[in-house]
Amino acid sequence: MSDRVVLKVGPALAAATKAGIEPYGAKPRRVLSGRNIMLYGTLTLAALYYLLPLYVMVVTSMKGMPEIRLGNIFSPPLEVTFEPWAKAWASACTGLNCDGLSRGFWNSVRITIPSTLISILVASVNGYALANWKFKGADVFFTILIVGAFIPYQVMIYPIVIVLREMGIYGTLTGLVIVHTIFGMPILTLLFRNYFSSLPEELFKAARIDGAGFWQIYFRIMLPMSLPIFVVAMILQITGIWNDFLFGVVFTRPEYYPMTVQLNNIVNSVQGVKEYNVNMAATLLTGAVPLIVYFVSGRLFVRGIAAGAVKG
Amino acid sequence: MKGQVHTGRPSKLLRNLSSKIASIPMVLTAVVIFLGGTVWTVVYSFTNSKLLPRANFVGLDQYERLWDAPRWIMSIQNLAIYGVLTLIFSLVMGFLLAALMDQKIRFENTFRTIFLYPFALSFIVTGLVWQWILNPEFGVQSVVRSLGWETFAFDPLYNSDIVIYGVLIAGLWQGTGLVMCLLLAGLRGIDEDIWKASRVDGIPMWKTYLFIIIPMMRPVFITTLVIIASGIVKVYDLVVAQTSGGPGISSEVPAKYVYDYMFQAQNLGQGFAASTMMLVTVAIIIVPWAYLEFGGRKRV
Amino acid sequence: MQKSVSIKDLSLSFGAVNVLENLNLDIGDGEFLVLLGSSGCGKSTLLNCIAGLLEPTGGQIFIKNKNVTWEEPKDRGIGMVFQSYALYPQMTVEKNLSFGLQVAKMPRPEIEKRIARAAEILQIGPLLKRKPSELSGGQRQRVAIGRALVRDVDVFLFDEPLSNLDAKLRSELRVEIKRLHQSLKNTMIYVTHDQIEALTLADRIAIMKSGVIQQLADPNTIYNEPRNMFVAGFIGSPSMNFLRGEIAERGGKPVFLVNGVDFSLDGYKAAERLQPGRKVVLGVRPEHVKVNEEAAGAETHQATVDIEEPMGADNLLWLKHAGHTMSVRVGGARRFAPGTAVTLSFDMGLASLFDAGTEERI
Repeated sequence: MSDRVVLKVGPALAAATKAGIEPYGAKPRRVLSGRNIMLYGTLTLAALYYLLPLYVMVVTSMKGMPEIRLGNIFSPPLEVTFEPWAKAWASACTGLNCDGLSRGFWNSVRITIPSTLISILVASVNGYALANWKFKGADVFFTILIVGAFIPYQVMIYPIVIVLREMGIYGTLTGLVIVHTIFGMPILTLLFRNYFSSLPEELFKAARIDGAGFWQIYFRIMLPMSLPIFVVAMILQITGIWNDFLFGVVFTRPEYYPMTVQLNNIVNSVQGVKEYNVNMAATLLTGAVPLIVYFVSGRLFVRGIAAGAVKG
Repeated sequence: MKGQVHTGRPSKLLRNLSSKIASIPMVLTAVVIFLGGTVWTVVYSFTNSKLLPRANFVGLDQYERLWDAPRWIMSIQNLAIYGVLTLIFSLVMGFLLAALMDQKIRFENTFRTIFLYPFALSFIVTGLVWQWILNPEFGVQSVVRSLGWETFAFDPLYNSDIVIYGVLIAGLWQGTGLVMCLLLAGLRGIDEDIWKASRVDGIPMWKTYLFIIIPMMRPVFITTLVIIASGIVKVYDLVVAQTSGGPGISSEVPAKYVYDYMFQAQNLGQGFAASTMMLVTVAIIIVPWAYLEFGGRKRV
Repeated sequence: MQKSVSIKDLSLSFGAVNVLENLNLDIGDGEFLVLLGSSGCGKSTLLNCIAGLLEPTGGQIFIKNKNVTWEEPKDRGIGMVFQSYALYPQMTVEKNLSFGLQVAKMPRPEIEKRIARAAEILQIGPLLKRKPSELSGGQRQRVAIGRALVRDVDVFLFDEPLSNLDAKLRSELRVEIKRLHQSLKNTMIYVTHDQIEALTLADRIAIMKSGVIQQLADPNTIYNEPRNMFVAGFIGSPSMNFLRGEIAERGGKPVFLVNGVDFSLDGYKAAERLQPGRKVVLGVRPEHVKVNEEAAGAETHQATVDIEEPMGADNLLWLKHAGHTMSVRVGGARRFAPGTAVTLSFDMGLASLFDAGTEERI
């Protein structure tokens, strides 16, 4: 695209035409047209509104408390300090103990990694079975699963508590991993089912003629062909599980609380003086993982959302 | 040839065995958790379970108590206000942004990244940021006052009359990007030739959007609507982080009511009844849509 | 003839829809059989049943006299070539060829021997290390054939293998498949909707419509003696001309009467079976009508040229005659302006008569 700014305006052009210059070639285009000002102006304003909270978080987390009490929340820090970050990470208090967010961070890591892997493994095999090896009644279960995605979690939470308690894993990380696998299943199964169904059926037939069975086709044909969709599923799950609050608070004991629960406890704890800079540093730290995943993955994240949108 | 040896047809149950084994997690989840769990909760909502579930049926007692509770009424009102306004604003703003993004603009990716990033964040993070921004002592209110408008008052989180709008602002900030993304995908799905035809016919752009494009996008709008709506009913983390339901009970929502009665007030029966009402709410949204979407299709 | 594939009373229904109904078909050893029909006629369904990829609801399938109705596809002794090639995209050509053999746990030297043989026959040796995405359509289809070849099977199944290729490649590969059949002498079952492929490749053609075989015969018979109006109309391009009329008697001989014009039926084989008054349809192929100077001698008719479609080698004329529009093929050099009056004669020895009610050949 040419960056040349052609500043010919309407009347001049008309005059030129009158003077015998025929319109020829590319039509002169103005960069600063009213339409463009409206268009980019509105978009930029909206973008500023969306960026504002992130900006406020960053500047607040780098100010000292005295400066916060004096200044306004939008002003950049006069004196940049990383003390709030250190405190948020290592020594902020939640009720009884004061070892900061780091424990929640590592808990979240220990929850997110196995939950993501297991939920994707289970759901991809489900989706593959539904797409290529449909057995009688499979669609009934799948329909229940998809309808279940719309049922509020609150309706199913207590029965799950009972089941986990019976299995002796209520309050443990294992229990929480199972819960994430269960509630990730509808959307992921749908994602994988749709993806595997979109692959040419003849490929599957060819593999069967070649004598490959259920698992051979899955591991040797389908899996290597489907890496992008696995990445999409991973993005979906990492951000979703990291951001979870309800399951973390219901299904784990305080020593296993994920980062989100711990963050909420730090910020909304009623004891002591409110340290807004530490709170914002803690908030940023908690949001950092999904934000990094989001900025790195870019278009794949959007694809995951679009896939999530087809549910129903 | 009939008597010739061939491997027999395996029994019905064993056919496609690997697939059935592989589907056990799905079958268990669907039947035990989703179906069984829902039925169990609904059944036990008719009991007077307190600390532990007991099958001591008391009819509609829990529901009567529920609808007598001011906190539940407040929760439902809040959900209605939050829900209706979220639907309206996120659809209108989301569509406007999507339409602007669809003008073959430069930096489209940058804009999209900015509009969508809040969606990657936890509701807890969103709630806490907006709690800070809306803080009357340091946030927007104090900044505007320091600019000279001394009487400016905007303190939703401390004012029980408008606290739900404070939650709404945060919710919209997080969710509009998603709506924009879905609708933009819908706009991109419209055949280029429609635009060419309307340009040749000389129809102004806003008219094309209003009378041609939007009606064509009806399925996309309905899907988006259902996604937003089912998210609204589940809203919980945001309120917990931003207001903890306060001041008083003025920003309570049903999901929080359920959690508090199940796990803190140790009144399981109330929690079950409230969650059953949430289920009914979702059914009211989903069933007509499912009927239109899947029941109606047969007639076409 | 030794039977290679034999299908007995095969039925398949999806819910209430019967795709195949009591279908019987015997295919000889080394025969090239083409299943021909428009989409949805059940030809691909039949092929998938033979392959074991679809389960029939009734009937039996025998391959080499072995009842394989309930066998897995891999145990049937078949190889299959698909329309979309169905090559495994992440594997090299060599891996594509060896995958099935590896799954069957065949020893390495034997696999290599078979790949080498297939590569030689199909001339894909230089491509072995490439991925399918790096191949042209024709090369991909050759590899797909190779995958069937290495299995060293008795029966080859082709499911519209040339439909994804452009016209030029299609005719090249068509010749190659014919050559392959001549050298391998395997049984081949070939599904297509393209009548040229069917006519050029087949030993016998089975024309299908709504799950029923309409006619099973060699290409020549199908072309010249179609059993019913469907077959007659399906084969040949442009289609056979159909004239609806009835039988009348002129001087003790039956004639075909349409809109007051008589057609002598001299030369038609079944002329004596035609009672006067019977409603019939006369089918004449465009190439079996003679025009002007060629029409001399026999009974002639007058017609007017409506539209002319020059096609290079031929020239297709659309004529108005006896209230019908009919197409006639003449040599490319013979040109006629619209409105020209022409004289026609019909070769009744090559025409077909159908009963107007049953649409069966008389």
